Amino acid sequence: MCLGIPGRITEIWDDRGTRMALVDFGGATRTSCLAYLPGAAVGDYTIIHAGFALAVVDEEAAHRTLATFRELGLLDEMRRQLAAPREREARR
Amino acid sequence: MRYLTEFHDPELARRLLDDIAATATRRWTLMEVCGGQTHSIIRHGLDQLLAEQVEFIHGPGCPVCVTPLEMIDRALAIAARPEVILCSFGDMLRVPGSASDLFTVRAHGGDVRVVYSPLDAVGLAEANPDRQVVFFAVGFETTAPAAAMAAVTARRRRLANFSMLVSHVLVPPAMRAVLGAPDNRVAAFLAAGHVCTVMGTAQYEPLVAAHQVPIVVTGFEPLDLLDGVRQAIGQLETGRAELVNAYPRAVRAEGNPAALAMLREVFTVCDRAWRGIGVIPSSGWRLAPDWADLDAQTRFDVAGLTVAESAHCHSGAVLQGRLRPPDCPAFGTRCTPRHPLGATMVSAEGACAAYYQYRRLTPAL
Repeated sequence: MCLGIPGRITEIWDDRGTRMALVDFGGATRTSCLAYLPGAAVGDYTIIHAGFALAVVDEEAAHRTLATFRELGLLDEMRRQLAAPREREARR
Repeated sequence: MRYLTEFHDPELARRLLDDIAATATRRWTLMEVCGGQTHSIIRHGLDQLLAEQVEFIHGPGCPVCVTPLEMIDRALAIAARPEVILCSFGDMLRVPGSASDLFTVRAHGGDVRVVYSPLDAVGLAEANPDRQVVFFAVGFETTAPAAAMAAVTARRRRLANFSMLVSHVLVPPAMRAVLGAPDNRVAAFLAAGHVCTVMGTAQYEPLVAAHQVPIVVTGFEPLDLLDGVRQAIGQLETGRAELVNAYPRAVRAEGNPAALAMLREVFTVCDRAWRGIGVIPSSGWRLAPDWADLDAQTRFDVAGLTVAESAHCHSGAVLQGRLRPPDCPAFGTRCTPRHPLGATMVSAEGACAAYYQYRRLTPAL
C-alpha cells in the first residue's frame, strides 16, 4: 500500500468541492484525489498513495540526481587516463 | 515509464556499485523501515550485489504486519455483524487474526470489501444508507492522509453510517525503539521516502543528533536504493552522522503542508502496540476527540475478544531484524503466502513474502 509509483495527470475535475484527477501509469489509468496538491496541473507527474496524490515529481531534481550518478567514477577514469602515459614513461 | 526506467539503468547501477565498493572498508549494517523498499532490495538482488559491503536488516516497515492482533480480531468481529460492510486494503484480507482472517469471515457470509482508496468506502456508505460501512484504517504516514480525507468527506456529506477502525502507525518512533534496544546493530537508516513526502524530513533531526546515526531519505527504485546505501556508507566511513535527502524529486524538507494540516485536524498521537514488537510510546494515530463520533471502536461493542498469537510464528523476531525470513523453521513449509502463520508472509510488503516470492528457489548465500 506504500509503493507509490509516478503517474501523469491527464484530466482534472471537481467532484462536489474536491479536486479529482485521472492519472495515467503507462497505460493503466486511475482516478485520484488532488486535495493535497492544490498546485498540480495536467501534465504533471505525481506520486499516488491509496488514491491520493501526495507530491508532484520535481523534474529538475530528478535530472540532478541522474547527473550525479553519471559523474560517479568519471574522476577515477580521468585519473587513470592521466596516469597511464606517465606510467609508460616511467617504465621506459 | 518516465521516472521509473531511468532509475533502473544498469550502467548507472554499475557506477553506484563501484563507488560503494571503493568507499567501504568493512561491512556495514543498514536498516530500511519500509516494506516497499524491502521488496525492491530483494527483488533486484541488491543485498546480493552488496553482500560484501552491506548487511541489510529489514525493519518493521510493513503496515499490515505490525497492525496489532487485538485490532485485527476487533475488525473480524465487526465484519461478522450482519449490518456491517467492512472495507479494507486488499493486503489485510489474508492477515491471520487469533482464530480467523477477513477472507474466512467473508466466506461465512460477512460483507468484506477491498477498496483502493478510503474515499471508495465513503462512496459505499452513501450508496448503502441502510448499512453500517466501516473502513479499517491501517498504514503509515503515507496512507493516513487518505483516511483523514475520508473522515472529512463523510462528515461533509452527513453520513451517519460511516465509521473508521483506526490503527495508524508512525515510523520515527519505531526507529527510536530500534536504536534504543540493547542489542541494536543498526549503523545507519535508509528512511522511507514517501513517508517523508508527507511528513517532511525535520522529524529525523532529533534521532540523528541523539544517536549519532546517519539517516538517508531514500526512494524505491534500484538506483535510489543504491544511492541511499552510497550516501549512508560515505558518512559511516568518514565518521559523520547527518540527515540527507537522497530522494529530492519526491521529498521536500517541509513535506506536504496540506496533508499535514489535515492529519493534525483529524488524528491525535497515541501509544500503539506493534504486532510482534509490543507497545511503542507515541507511535500511532487515533481519531482526535472532535472526530470520536466516527470511531468504530466505540460504535461497535465487541467485548470478550480472546487474543492469542500463533505459537509457531516468529514474525516478531523478523520484524525486529533478529531473524532472517529463510532462517525461520516454518518458512516455505508450514508457512506460505497461501497458508500464512503470520502477517509478514501475507502482505505485498512483508519481509517473509519478499523472500518467498524472489528467493525460495535460490540457495542461501
